[in-house]
Amino acid sequence: MGDNVDDDSLYTIKEGDYVVLKRGDVFKAVQIQTKKKVVFEKQWFFLDNAVGQLYSTTFELASGGILQPRKPKDPESSTDTKGAGTDNRNIQDDGKSQKLTRDDIETLKEQGLKGQEIIQQLIDNSSTFKDKTEYAQDKYIKKKKKKYENIVTILKPSCRILAMMYHGREPGKICHLRYDTLAQMLTLANIHANSKVLVFETCAGLVLGSVMERMGGFGSVIQMYPGGGPVRAGVESFGFPAHFHDMLHEFPICHLNALIAGTLDTTAKDPSADLKESDMAAEVKTEAAVKTEAEVKTEAEVKTEAEVKTEAEVKTEAEVKTEAEVKTEAEVKTEAEQKGSPEEQSMETDSGAHESLVPKKEEEEEKRREAKAQEKKVKQEEKRKKLAAAASLLEGRDADGLIIASRFNPCPVLMALLKFLSPSRPFVVYSQYKECLIECYTKLKEQGGTVNLKLTDYWLRHYQVLPNRTHPVLLMSGGGGYLLSGTTVAAERSKPAASRRDEEPAAKRQKVTETEG
Amino acid sequence: MSFVEYSDCIQDGDVAIVYLGHESMTPVKVKRGAQTQTRYGVIRHSTDLIGQRYGSKVTCSKGGWVYVLHPTPELWTVNLPHRTQILYTTDIATITMMLELKPGSVVCESGTGSGSLSHAILRTIAPTGHLHTVEFHQQRSEKVLEEFKEHRVDHLVTVRNQDACKDGFGVTGVADAVFLDIPSPWEAVRHAKAAMKKSGGRVCSFSPCIEQVQKTCEAFSDQGFEDINSIEVLLRVHDVRTVYLPLPDFGPDPSAQIQPDSTITPSQNHASIAVKTTIPPRDVQGHTGYLTFATKPRT
Repeated sequence: MGDNVDDDSLYTIKEGDYVVLKRGDVFKAVQIQTKKKVVFEKQWFFLDNAVGQLYSTTFELASGGILQPRKPKDPESSTDTKGAGTDNRNIQDDGKSQKLTRDDIETLKEQGLKGQEIIQQLIDNSSTFKDKTEYAQDKYIKKKKKKYENIVTILKPSCRILAMMYHGREPGKICHLRYDTLAQMLTLANIHANSKVLVFETCAGLVLGSVMERMGGFGSVIQMYPGGGPVRAGVESFGFPAHFHDMLHEFPICHLNALIAGTLDTTAKDPSADLKESDMAAEVKTEAAVKTEAEVKTEAEVKTEAEVKTEAEVKTEAEVKTEAEVKTEAEVKTEAEQKGSPEEQSMETDSGAHESLVPKKEEEEEKRREAKAQEKKVKQEEKRKKLAAAASLLEGRDADGLIIASRFNPCPVLMALLKFLSPSRPFVVYSQYKECLIECYTKLKEQGGTVNLKLTDYWLRHYQVLPNRTHPVLLMSGGGGYLLSGTTVAAERSKPAASRRDEEPAAKRQKVTETEG
Repeated sequence: MSFVEYSDCIQDGDVAIVYLGHESMTPVKVKRGAQTQTRYGVIRHSTDLIGQRYGSKVTCSKGGWVYVLHPTPELWTVNLPHRTQILYTTDIATITMMLELKPGSVVCESGTGSGSLSHAILRTIAPTGHLHTVEFHQQRSEKVLEEFKEHRVDHLVTVRNQDACKDGFGVTGVADAVFLDIPSPWEAVRHAKAAMKKSGGRVCSFSPCIEQVQKTCEAFSDQGFEDINSIEVLLRVHDVRTVYLPLPDFGPDPSAQIQPDSTITPSQNHASIAVKTTIPPRDVQGHTGYLTFATKPRT
């Protein structure tokens, strides 16, 4: 079993690894690439030096954006704090307690002074510091540390860290799904190895990735996706080993009706090739249309939430890349043009044809077009195969679990996807809004086929625990979304309102003349 | 049936959950020839259960019916025989994620108690992980091992009858995560550290009282644990109801008389509107315990 032996190679940061940067309570997912500039918490640096170090190492930022592993912890409170006041009766807020000016501090920074040293300077030049209580001094130092200590920790990604990161940085992208709510979903849906799970999400792939982590590469996950392709930026960030992707299947939700009706054609070989091609072209077109629509929507959503800034800042390179992969060539082009990034140049030489070089390059262009068409064909063939594989997994209608977390109205999605579960299997639906789930609940009660229905939400409270200063943290998250969970049972043979009514225990019914009839 | 793998049909020796309606369930050990009494009549295992599909409807002798469900750790939590106070799903879910449990994780736990959390851990770490659980109460440790066998998860778990505060977990340098649910967790913190991998890992302590949290945090800090963080997660259940809000009678409306044809005004006395809404249950659990998490750095 090779117990006890910890193989360091498992915990060493390698080039190409997906990692999470941490400073204080702020996280950011990036991929380790040499000579790549990373911006995090208003600072830029290169990750080159991280390669070869162990995960969870804390680095100090040196000038020129170079990371240096922090030396084995300088004794925590090296900033000596001798003497302290007992109360603040004599502390005046005259705005003159700090003798260093803003410019002084700037010059200190420019001199390349370490954060620790700057903090000591601030303390030495604060006339009131000595009169502050011990606790206030502690608080003062903590605050300054947060501002001046330039450290960053590199972590191995996990469901816990990524869920906290997304919730902190881009809640709009994950439908405001708070991490503790995600934890409940994974448990309520009994996600575990060797099961077959259906996932419908528009949470950037975070929910999908979390499900995959819990299954450890055993079993199968079928991602039902809207639009032109599954969004998996969040999955990338988990940095799963390659074999995890063997368990992952995808099925476009736009083919669901056909699948249910049994009219979905997934045969790879079609005699009428011409017809097929035109067919596919049409399909691709509509898919592209759907995609742009979806994109516009999410963008609009983000904008209304005034998160545009963080959005741009947050987008890890990896995300941009996967997005680019999904996008059609044309889209990438226009984007590159707008961005004016290095990609632009390569794109231009690539497709510079539509300028003066047209006549010369015509032949090449023709060839390239052919190659591209060929490539497209291969890709479509692959896509078709994938579709067939996912369809055959679904057709058994014997899935073991269902998780829905999207910006779509959950009710129709739930009703359609429940059909693919075996009896006695759990399902969980997330929604940012309670009302949608009330609708789901009502519909399920009408229709039967489920038990144990529960509509819930969760409160998450953080505590500051310090000697003589223990209390709940002042701010708590107001909304983490709502869950509807339940268990499937064998469908009733249309015998509504059976012997028992275990729903609404009649809340003192009033005599009402129902107008609905 | 197993708590770590679904199966379609009920077999002799399974544990099945009989769903009697509205939050009323009971666990049943399926045995050929055995019978179970419910308020809807008797269930005969040989004919009514064995060979039936999980999730199917079983008609009892009095004509009533029940559903038979496949066991899951969550259903077990609300059905298990209590030998101690137990952890419920809300806390369990949080613990599972914050300890970063997944297939292959090696976990230490103390005390085992009634095995509510243990089943959830086993579900998550199967098929390649292992749980080392420590229970100082001999009878409880024997009982829980018996249950693990019945539930076909005993290959994934080692139960030790010892005191975690004094004797530790019986393993060193193997755990990815440690969970403490004992009255004085601060006494077990150094053992927790010793049980964990050299490369580090996550630890959690569950305590109902803040004084316990205070002491535990100090112990974590003394032992060099990092990212110490105490939280509390509360479950809120919403009962879906249709409520009827009566409309008050404002008396005859003189302005209405201008239109002579509006004689068919609704009977004002009974006018009310129906609203689909949710109400909170009358009593809710306001506190279970504080969860303190920390990370053991590489040593």
